[in-house]
Amino acid sequence: MRPPMRSLSIALASALALTACSSGGDAEETTTGAAACAPSSGPVTLTYTTWIPGIENVVKLWNDKNPNIQVKVQTGPNGNGGTYANFFNQLKAGNAPDLGHIEYDALPSFRVQDGLTNLADCAEVTAAKDQFVDWTWGQVSFGEQNAVYGIPQDTGPMGLFYRKDLFEKNNIPVPTTWEEYAAAAEKVKAAGGYITNFSQSDISQFAGLSWQAGGRWFANDGTKWTVNFSDEATTKVANYWQDLITKKLVSAVPPWTTEWDNAYNTGQAWTWVSAVWGANSIKSGAPDTSGKWAVAPMPQWTAGGTVAGNWGGSSTAVFKGSKHPYEAAKFVLWLNTSEEALTALNKEAQLYPATKTGAKLPALSEGVEFYGGQKIYDVFATASTQVSPDFVWGPTMTDTYATASDGFKAVVSGTGTLADALKTAQTKTVATLKSQSIPVAE
Amino acid sequence: MKNVNRLAPTLVMGAATLYFLVPIWWLLVAASKSRGQFTNTAPLWFADFSLVDNLRELFAYRDGVFLRWMLNSVLYTGGAALLGTLLAAMCGYALAKYRFPGREAIFNVVLSGVLVPATALALPLFLIFSQFEATNTFWSVFLPSLVNPFGVYLARIYATASVPDELLEAARLDGSGEIRTFFTISTRLMFPALVTIFLFHFVAVWNNFLLPLIMLGEEKLFPVTLGLYSWNTQVNQIPELRMLVLTGALVSIVPLVIAFLILQRFWRNGLGSGAIK
Repeated sequence: MRPPMRSLSIALASALALTACSSGGDAEETTTGAAACAPSSGPVTLTYTTWIPGIENVVKLWNDKNPNIQVKVQTGPNGNGGTYANFFNQLKAGNAPDLGHIEYDALPSFRVQDGLTNLADCAEVTAAKDQFVDWTWGQVSFGEQNAVYGIPQDTGPMGLFYRKDLFEKNNIPVPTTWEEYAAAAEKVKAAGGYITNFSQSDISQFAGLSWQAGGRWFANDGTKWTVNFSDEATTKVANYWQDLITKKLVSAVPPWTTEWDNAYNTGQAWTWVSAVWGANSIKSGAPDTSGKWAVAPMPQWTAGGTVAGNWGGSSTAVFKGSKHPYEAAKFVLWLNTSEEALTALNKEAQLYPATKTGAKLPALSEGVEFYGGQKIYDVFATASTQVSPDFVWGPTMTDTYATASDGFKAVVSGTGTLADALKTAQTKTVATLKSQSIPVAE
Repeated sequence: MKNVNRLAPTLVMGAATLYFLVPIWWLLVAASKSRGQFTNTAPLWFADFSLVDNLRELFAYRDGVFLRWMLNSVLYTGGAALLGTLLAAMCGYALAKYRFPGREAIFNVVLSGVLVPATALALPLFLIFSQFEATNTFWSVFLPSLVNPFGVYLARIYATASVPDELLEAARLDGSGEIRTFFTISTRLMFPALVTIFLFHFVAVWNNFLLPLIMLGEEKLFPVTLGLYSWNTQVNQIPELRMLVLTGALVSIVPLVIAFLILQRFWRNGLGSGAIK
């Protein structure tokens, strides 16, 4: 297993330039002993970099009970805001933290650059597989045998947030299929609103929608990557939203701006197909609409279907070069599976657990006042089990998101179509992969 | 005709003033609103005044980590600017007043340093500090911030022009050592230039965002710019942070405003006298 990995990493390092070689030597040595996942002798201090707010309160629970495995938290901006770049620099310099927070869509980029420790040697890790929702394990193992490159932490199963009061007042049935959703869009427009806002720069949301429809953007057969943003399912989703945009049935405010908050706060936008964490976004972004929202399952492509998409979520990975993979794995398993830690993570940062039992946490079984007392997490608990397990992210997602988002922005201002924008993004992604010496099948 | 001549510059200046002040005005107004009102009231005028609540929340959030960041920023920038100005002044003065082999070569090397942006140096510095296992420390940000080639350049030009050789000669004859001469006579003559260097340096360190971003992982060591940026990247997940980022941004410009108000008198002198020499 090792020699091919090494040659791959050297090929990639040449594209990375700088000092990868000089520091690579040390990292190799330290991982040789670590690969066996043996316990270290004596007390151990692990470093853990994450941007989860309030994480130190969660880690304190662990530190108080485990004097021999102390965890030191480091923090920073979110992954794409600079922390991923820092991880890569630290891997080059040979001083990466033991543990890092990596979102599912960024995990492959660390994998192809050989920055992660495979935890498949840790018996406790492989034994924990069944505790996690099936598709999350696919995200961290990339569908390979004997591969575990991170422990799933949180997920973003999707649902339909909608303005219950407005739908009832206007006698519009809550859509259960995408066809009904489009029909509802016409009625909402007639009532003076927009059914939703098309998030021009949230490509990961669009990925979630494609994921639900059966689109598969990337594949890796072990030697080569395949890139396809124009398969039948993705094109179906693209054409569907293109139609709503062309008919001006959706607004197109840039997401995560005050303007966007305002569209929800003032009742201009009536629904949002979003992930479980969106519950908090609406609550804080649209405080004046308290009690007026409800959550339904995501609309389906076939009537009576039960397929959900996922938007977001992250894993905790052990970096190459960590001297204590056994202790690191032990801590992460506690962090991402124990009821104590999951409850604390949910309380501090509204993380939605990736484990099967996590969905039954007391905090996730209660009615939520903002949503009229509805037990909204029941909807997401069901959705989480309906996410297809074989969606794979590419190794250059930041770049893919950027090019696709450029295209989508042009579309909402009237140039081109979503399907064309995706084709352009595909061409550019292939070019980026090649420029980084990552093998691509064409 | 005469009126037009006067009107045009006034208009241009007025427009420029407006252009620079509107964002600050917006920030002040935005920081004074509650979260709900922030999105649905006029962006350039006040709603209910909740600046005090926002401030209280800002300083209380996560055990007052924001205050810590402000203090760090003042230490990083104030400390580095003070020490860096001293270093630049000594270096520039030596280059201007002493003749020694390689003087021009050294000066040219320093001068070429002006052309290298701080951003380009951040990653190499990180790798160097990694070798010494000194990343994620106060010094990893403070030490690189001390260096200021532009200050050396300015100090040399100014020392050449404002410190007469005859005066140094006289000091030597009276038995003053070189170091004493530098601190008691030369620095006073160079004072306007030193203020300029200090301000430039202060702003440069304050704005050097990439270095702390790359070096630091310990939240307690963050300067305020990095801290606010981190919060801002989390606004999607925790929208409550938006008001803290806005209020924090308002508070964070206060030290800069104070530094400029106090020192602008000297700065104007420095720029003016530099221009005619």
